[in-house]
Amino acid sequence: MSSLILPAVLNGLMMGAVYALIALGLTLIYGVLHIINFAHGSLLMLALYAAYFLFQHLGIDPYLAAVIVVPLFFGLGYALQRVVIAPMSAGSEQNVLLVTLALSLVIDNLALYFWTSNTRTVDVPYAYNTVEVFGAYLTLGRVIAFVAALVVAGLMWLFMTRTRTGAAIRAVAVEKRGAEIVGIDVGHTYAICFGLGTACVALAACLLLPTFYVTPQVGYTFVLVAFTTVVMGGMGSLPGALIAGLALGVIEALGGLFLGESLGQIGIFVAFILTLLFRPSGLLGRRPA
Amino acid sequence: MTHTINRRGLLKASGAVALTGALMSPAILRAQTAAIKVGVLEPLTGNLAYNGNQCVAGARFAAEAINAAGGIKSMGGAPIELVVVDAESRPEVAAAAVDTLVEAGVCAFTGSSASALGLASSQAAAKYDLAQVFSVGTAEAIVERGLPNVFRFTPGVEKISAVAMENLGLLNAAAGNPVKTAAIVHEDGPFGSQLSGIVEEALPQLGITVVEKIAHPTPHRDFNNIALRVKASEADILIPTNYLNEYTLMTRALQQQRVDLKAIYSVLGGAASNIKFVRENKDMAQYVIDCNHWYDPRKEQSKALAASVAAAGLDMTYDVMVAYAVIQVVADALERGASADRKAMIDALAASNFDGSIMPYGPTKFVNGDNVNSRPVNLQVRGDEIEVIFPEEYATAEPVFPRPSQG
Repeated sequence: MSSLILPAVLNGLMMGAVYALIALGLTLIYGVLHIINFAHGSLLMLALYAAYFLFQHLGIDPYLAAVIVVPLFFGLGYALQRVVIAPMSAGSEQNVLLVTLALSLVIDNLALYFWTSNTRTVDVPYAYNTVEVFGAYLTLGRVIAFVAALVVAGLMWLFMTRTRTGAAIRAVAVEKRGAEIVGIDVGHTYAICFGLGTACVALAACLLLPTFYVTPQVGYTFVLVAFTTVVMGGMGSLPGALIAGLALGVIEALGGLFLGESLGQIGIFVAFILTLLFRPSGLLGRRPA
Repeated sequence: MTHTINRRGLLKASGAVALTGALMSPAILRAQTAAIKVGVLEPLTGNLAYNGNQCVAGARFAAEAINAAGGIKSMGGAPIELVVVDAESRPEVAAAAVDTLVEAGVCAFTGSSASALGLASSQAAAKYDLAQVFSVGTAEAIVERGLPNVFRFTPGVEKISAVAMENLGLLNAAAGNPVKTAAIVHEDGPFGSQLSGIVEEALPQLGITVVEKIAHPTPHRDFNNIALRVKASEADILIPTNYLNEYTLMTRALQQQRVDLKAIYSVLGGAASNIKFVRENKDMAQYVIDCNHWYDPRKEQSKALAASVAAAGLDMTYDVMVAYAVIQVVADALERGASADRKAMIDALAASNFDGSIMPYGPTKFVNGDNVNSRPVNLQVRGDEIEVIFPEEYATAEPVFPRPSQG
């Protein structure tokens, strides 16, 4: 068993990067704007299908597909916030919750209607390629996702701290009314933020597709872990989401190894509860003043 | 002899034709026998939508073939008309849908892709004395309740696992017993737990030691740990019992972690019964063996069905085959009983000794609703095709066992 610990930790880190990638989009929407986006998993599923169909019908590699899918989903996210979520929720947080839940139901069932519940995968030539690290075989696709998670988290952090739009998003998150008074278009800023979050999840989908499958239910496989990652990392903290995602991947892998795969996932929730007990604002979250 | 047509003659002739027509019309109407309604209750939406829609396609192909061949001859060539109802992948909907079928006037119905749905619908149908011929329903509870309206044409989980182990023993013996140790990977729900338990008990009787048994939840996101444990166990063979999504991830992880197995031998699942999986994961799927429902590909009707399925652009899955076959069973019962009465149908099905289905079974013999002559077959992925490799009399290819080293 001891010989399996290092490979398990390394593979857990790689899986954790996927969690972090999915959570980065959610942390923007959920953490910064306080919109509980229940449709996050459904948008992940939609992006997976988009990348899948680009591969199947046009032969575009899932990694290259990101060039098309990411801007497309930015637009979709922007439009969803402006046309569906904002008008239907009328500013109420409870209504936002219901609207995003309804959105997820509609998206999931439309996917089921049009594409059936059958499992689909892409057969890319590098699907079985691995990278050997300290004698452990790591899936190439997961290594790429790991590097991408670090890069995207860095870029997102730079965007939020160094650009005017990022400053506007932070301002809206802290004091919506005040931001309005100083001339920030709150509706547009919300939509930009939602678009960015959706673009992040679209990128995660493109990076996930070579190593995973697509079904209309695939979003549920990740969305609970993504919410856990956001809260555990500290709501709104992009580096926090990255660290929490990686940590949860390792915890899950070691839990599976020592407690059995069925019980192993309990480690995620134990870690989550312990974090909230000892650090209620999350790993890198700001403590209330 | 010459005939001249004058006005009087024309009137006489017209009158005769009109009279003959009037007298003959009831006879013509009698010849156009009313269609016999047969229900098809399948999940057309929800999680099982793919299987359900495949089943409906299979049922339609069967009804078309039967009608094209002259319908139910003992009932004046009456055609079969399918009444398709959606079970929505939910047992309570499946039960409620029985009322719709009864109101539509079906003589019997087929369905419902999953044991949970079939258990609910057959229980509801019992109140109406309405026969259900199961398409797919492997849980033994289906035939253990003593319901007279239940007919399971295909094998259940106990028979499938017993045949799977028997065939594994024969394959291993024929190859000089290269497989001595096994790892079992199963989903931790009722399906995987029950099946893996039976397999675990049976393997030592074949001289195969179980060196690793790993349960996992559904869905499961990462199979690297499992692949590492299977690798560390140095098992010769892997016997997985899980659903397709997890099966896909598992075989990928095995390949990525370079786990060299002499065989992957699944029971009720896996690459070797899913042509879509074979298409999308060609290398990974090669030589995978599965024990599952399948038709006899050598029969003419099977070939015709395969051609129809290909022409319709559908996947040839066991759902299509099984649904086709159960409509054949219902049609045979109608033919023998010459009645669309619900109770008469139950009697006709209970006495069925039908030997003309596309499945590789002997004559139908329902004992407590279970067809004792049903049986699964072993399939193996070879190139782009799913071949029957066992039993020999239905085989389309020689088994490759053990498979070539993947290292």
